[in-house]
Amino acid sequence: MIRSKRELTKAVVIVSPSIVLVGVFVYGFILWSLRTSVSAWEGIRPDYTFVGLRNYINLFQSTRFQIDLWNTAYFTVFFIALCIVLGFLLAFLINRDVRGEGVFRTIYLFPMALSFIVTGVVWRWMLNPTFGVNILLANLGLPSDWGWYTDPTRIAGFHVALTSLILAASWQFAGYTMAIYLAGLRSIPHDVIESARMDGASEVLIVRKVILPMLRPITLSAVIVLGHISLKIFDLVMAMTGRGPRFATDFPGVFMFETTFTGNRYGEGAAISIVMLLMVALVIIPYLVHTFRKEDQ
Amino acid sequence: MNTRRLVLFVAMVLLLLVPMAAQARGAAEEPTEEGLEIVTWWTAGGEAEALAALIDIYRERYPDVEVMNSTVAGGGGSQARGVLASRMVGGRPPDTFQVHGGAGIIGTWVVDDFMAPVTHILEDNDWLDVFPEDVIDIISYEGEIYSIPVNIHRSNVMWYNTAVFEDNNLAPPQTLDDFFSVAQELQQLGITPLALAGTDGWEPTHLLESVLLAELGAEAYRGLWDGRTAWDGTQTREALATFIAMLDYINPDQSAITNIDAAEYVAEGEAAMTVMGDWVHGFYLAIGLTPGEDYGWAPTPGTGGNFIMLTDTFGLPIDAPNPGNVERWLTLVASREGQDTFNPIKGSISARTDADRDKYDVYLLSAMDDFARDSIVPSVAHGAAAEVGWMSRINDAVTFLVEDKDIDAAAAELQSLADQYAR
Repeated sequence: MIRSKRELTKAVVIVSPSIVLVGVFVYGFILWSLRTSVSAWEGIRPDYTFVGLRNYINLFQSTRFQIDLWNTAYFTVFFIALCIVLGFLLAFLINRDVRGEGVFRTIYLFPMALSFIVTGVVWRWMLNPTFGVNILLANLGLPSDWGWYTDPTRIAGFHVALTSLILAASWQFAGYTMAIYLAGLRSIPHDVIESARMDGASEVLIVRKVILPMLRPITLSAVIVLGHISLKIFDLVMAMTGRGPRFATDFPGVFMFETTFTGNRYGEGAAISIVMLLMVALVIIPYLVHTFRKEDQ
Repeated sequence: MNTRRLVLFVAMVLLLLVPMAAQARGAAEEPTEEGLEIVTWWTAGGEAEALAALIDIYRERYPDVEVMNSTVAGGGGSQARGVLASRMVGGRPPDTFQVHGGAGIIGTWVVDDFMAPVTHILEDNDWLDVFPEDVIDIISYEGEIYSIPVNIHRSNVMWYNTAVFEDNNLAPPQTLDDFFSVAQELQQLGITPLALAGTDGWEPTHLLESVLLAELGAEAYRGLWDGRTAWDGTQTREALATFIAMLDYINPDQSAITNIDAAEYVAEGEAAMTVMGDWVHGFYLAIGLTPGEDYGWAPTPGTGGNFIMLTDTFGLPIDAPNPGNVERWLTLVASREGQDTFNPIKGSISARTDADRDKYDVYLLSAMDDFARDSIVPSVAHGAAAEVGWMSRINDAVTFLVEDKDIDAAAAELQSLADQYAR
């Protein structure tokens, strides 16, 4: 693409400021966190005495962090699954030329315009066991003694209290998956579906064998976007539930914030953030490699 | 033509830049000459007003000083501490800042050499005797005082709904045994005996510190923080067992409510009692309740004769740009007038023993009397007894204790923390 040396110089000059900025403020600080995470820094004054993997070992031995990792895993799986299923259903229904499509689309997409803080505060009140949705259920004669996010029960390591967070987060992001699925559905050529129909395929079969496979790239990007949101989740938890009973709704981000900025334990805090970075990298890097490979072809 | 235009343009740009640069220099230098920047996390009604009243006096006395009131909202001060940490380490500290007296300032700032001693402010004014010895102890490190307390709050207060107790012919409990018999009766009546909060992580610790004091007594309680009392000893384990037993009488949504929600449960009669610091009094006044009629107070059962204190203090950072102004500020804070202006508005008592009693209301007077009489010990949940690193890990251990109710695990964990931090 680059034809002459002059053009190369021009390109370098144009992108170098952003390379420098990203280099310093992203990669530089990642390296700095890495260094802090293997240091003895506790208290305000930076102390870079090398302690090897001590912070990491302490971290993985701490019950709270183990709970955090399980919570992250469960939350990620259920949050992504719910968003994708709901998003696809909504998109599929709206795509059938319903009347007032624009209105519905806007309504479903609206929650995404809110910040997690707003969502968190609203859902915190709605799911409050004393004066929240339980009252409504009681008036309807339904079981109404749900603890929601105050419920300390665990089923196979899954904290029931997490369901409240999963509900709130999915409420916010199902609209987003709907929007990208809708775009995906619109880009499927009509003749493909028509010809399947002519061949006598049922609607269910068309969805399973034609539509879903063609939407695979959409699903992949939805998983990536939602996945990195859920692995880094922090603001929703802070606004909605806090650490929860016995850390039932605790996440690495919350633990990191409390360790570093409430407890002044910078070394351990940095170790948590590095673990979080690795978790996100596990999702993002394969995706990037995959995309670049495709572009090269 | 083109060249002339360019020259004209450059000249104009230069003309614009010169005054801007001059202004920027002026702005940067001004505060170092005559400013006073105060960082606090006081944002709510009463506390912000109290600070403003104190600043007003300062402005009256020193009209030339430009006072800058930098409030950092949020998180019970954890946001403010984050901002503060980056400014202190970066070498651009504010002139003075709000900090919890005790381990909150000593362990975080003094040990690491960020603060200058201010003993001379009390010495020069002959005020060393008007502050109780226990308070001086808490704000001192290696023989020097490092911060000036502006107020005293009490942690071991049980707030109760008077109507609930009167209607059911019950007396507010004074001992732990009383508590359990009263709690049992209340529970049978369908009233939550004890409201407990938990969203912010420190509330159960707040209750636990009262229980520890009740079981151990003041001297052994103090020993928890310097290693003289074992966290896994018989007495401490008994305290943990009592704490767990109390949890049978709390509200089911403990982890979801704040300490103010818990106080509200008591105000509405949904719960009978709550153990919380005396900012609850300020909250009750704000929602229009009458002290003594709508709500009553007593030391947490078993802690009569003892006063768990926490205090907000101001100190002098070594690199403060205007140390002279800070010393004048600290002198005002320590003065009788300063204390008696600030505290009635904030809803706390003066740290001095010579407060003007006419300015304080009925609750504050009772707290003042207890403060003069009782043994004074530092609060852990509010950063007076233990440095923040220790405190945050105690909070974690207590969060587990509340659900797991495992005394052995908690005692072992708390002891290993003490081994690491106590000094």
